[in-house]
Amino acid sequence: MTTEEIKQSVSALFPDVTYDEAGEFLNVLTDSKGLKPLMQALRRNSEFDFDYLFCLTCIDWKTHLTMVYHMLSKSNNHTVVVKAKIADVNTPEIETVCDIWETANFHEREVFDLFGVKFINHPDLRRIFLDEDWEGFPLRKNYVDENMIEI
Amino acid sequence: MSLLGEDIVTEDGEFVINIGPQHPSTHGVLHLKVWLDGETIKRIQPHLGYIHRSIEKMSESLSYRNFIYATSRMDYLSAHINNQACALCVEKGLQVEVPERAKAIRILMAELTRLSSHQLWWGCTGLDLGAVTPFFYAFRERESIMAIMEETCGARLTQNYCVPGGVMYDIHPNFRNRVKDTLKQIRSKFNEYEEILTGNVIFEQRTKGVGYISAEDAISFGCTGPTARGSGVSCDVRKLFPYDGYEKLQFKEILEQGGDCYARYMVRMAEMKQSVFIIEQLIDNIPEGEFQAKTKMVLKLPKGEFYQRVETARGELGVYIVSDGAASPYRIKYRSPNFSNLSALERMATGTKIGDLVAIMSTIDLVIPDVDR
Repeated sequence: MTTEEIKQSVSALFPDVTYDEAGEFLNVLTDSKGLKPLMQALRRNSEFDFDYLFCLTCIDWKTHLTMVYHMLSKSNNHTVVVKAKIADVNTPEIETVCDIWETANFHEREVFDLFGVKFINHPDLRRIFLDEDWEGFPLRKNYVDENMIEI
Repeated sequence: MSLLGEDIVTEDGEFVINIGPQHPSTHGVLHLKVWLDGETIKRIQPHLGYIHRSIEKMSESLSYRNFIYATSRMDYLSAHINNQACALCVEKGLQVEVPERAKAIRILMAELTRLSSHQLWWGCTGLDLGAVTPFFYAFRERESIMAIMEETCGARLTQNYCVPGGVMYDIHPNFRNRVKDTLKQIRSKFNEYEEILTGNVIFEQRTKGVGYISAEDAISFGCTGPTARGSGVSCDVRKLFPYDGYEKLQFKEILEQGGDCYARYMVRMAEMKQSVFIIEQLIDNIPEGEFQAKTKMVLKLPKGEFYQRVETARGELGVYIVSDGAASPYRIKYRSPNFSNLSALERMATGTKIGDLVAIMSTIDLVIPDVDR
């Protein structure tokens, strides 16, 4: 499918989403509430069939967090990026996509570990790299460690 | 993560053991907690982070020239290819045209890196499964590749040879002859490799039908590289999303349908020959010209997002840079191949015997610093 066709098909199912085409891939913008049904449709509808989630990460924009999901369809050979805005920076929460792609399990644990985003219904949400008693989330922009020295 | 104070035997009668973090077969500081029923694996839980350095956080305070060097320390056996991914991503942002000569040199170095990485893997696989000789055979050929790297890049393992716009220096005058000599030597040894390990009855019994993963699972777990191609998943970035002129070269994407350890082994063995084939096409056809494009002293990427993927020796490495227009990245994410490949370990190993775990880990070819970053 071309970018235009993906946009039309997504808009038909989810009229609320917006788009950003400034970068290399088509970006579909949604919020933390609208993420799960959108992701399920992108995986299960055969016209999309995004079976390969190749990158899952988070960006801290200080005022809000953005979850970024890069997806590729092996059969249809098209790519899409879904971005979900999490407005609440103090207690960020979003639905897990573990049940759709297995790879999300480890990647969401990484985001939980380094950004503190809580994934609802994640089967095994624990820190993955840092110790369990570590305080704070290092990749957040407001993270301060007393051992960090400004060079 | 508490190791002590937990019951060694669970309520279901399962026996819990810890493999690693200091264990020779884990090839680094990987810690696996394994639930066993007799000798059969019921569950595996990897505990990561023993070598986590937060390269992503460090990169946020480094310039676009300097952050590349940290990536040599992720997958240290594919250091050059990691550097190449970062350089390509920065070039994409700056819209710099890389000279043809630099592209050819990058591919040559990348394929030499892949060759040396697969050789090390071949030696270690033999060692893990009880054959000591392959290790010495592999290091014999690998040494001559390391010597080429040392001569041109000044380093054997962490080359740091790629810079945004090209490569750091031109190739050494001896480069062509040495590469040709090395290829000749390696080509003559492939049969030896096959004889000593591939056809060995013990080796076949240890690997055939062991550690199976289906194509659907491999995609769902985000497996890439030889790990996924052993299950018949077409995922070679060099073919699907060519970069640095791979589209002009003749080579095959190796696919095996078995999905087991033996299939993954065969993929890597065949890939070595393809790498040799690629180098042979290029070595006499390195274009003349500049080896580096002119770039500004301080690089500033325009506001936006840039994603670049390359095929390392272990799979697809993605570099995702978010720029706010400053001289260092606002956010950088490395989608490392080993992290996703490791997540599939539980699926591959559940139901097999504890002794097979070593064979499975060996054919995924894990490099732990790339998992932990």
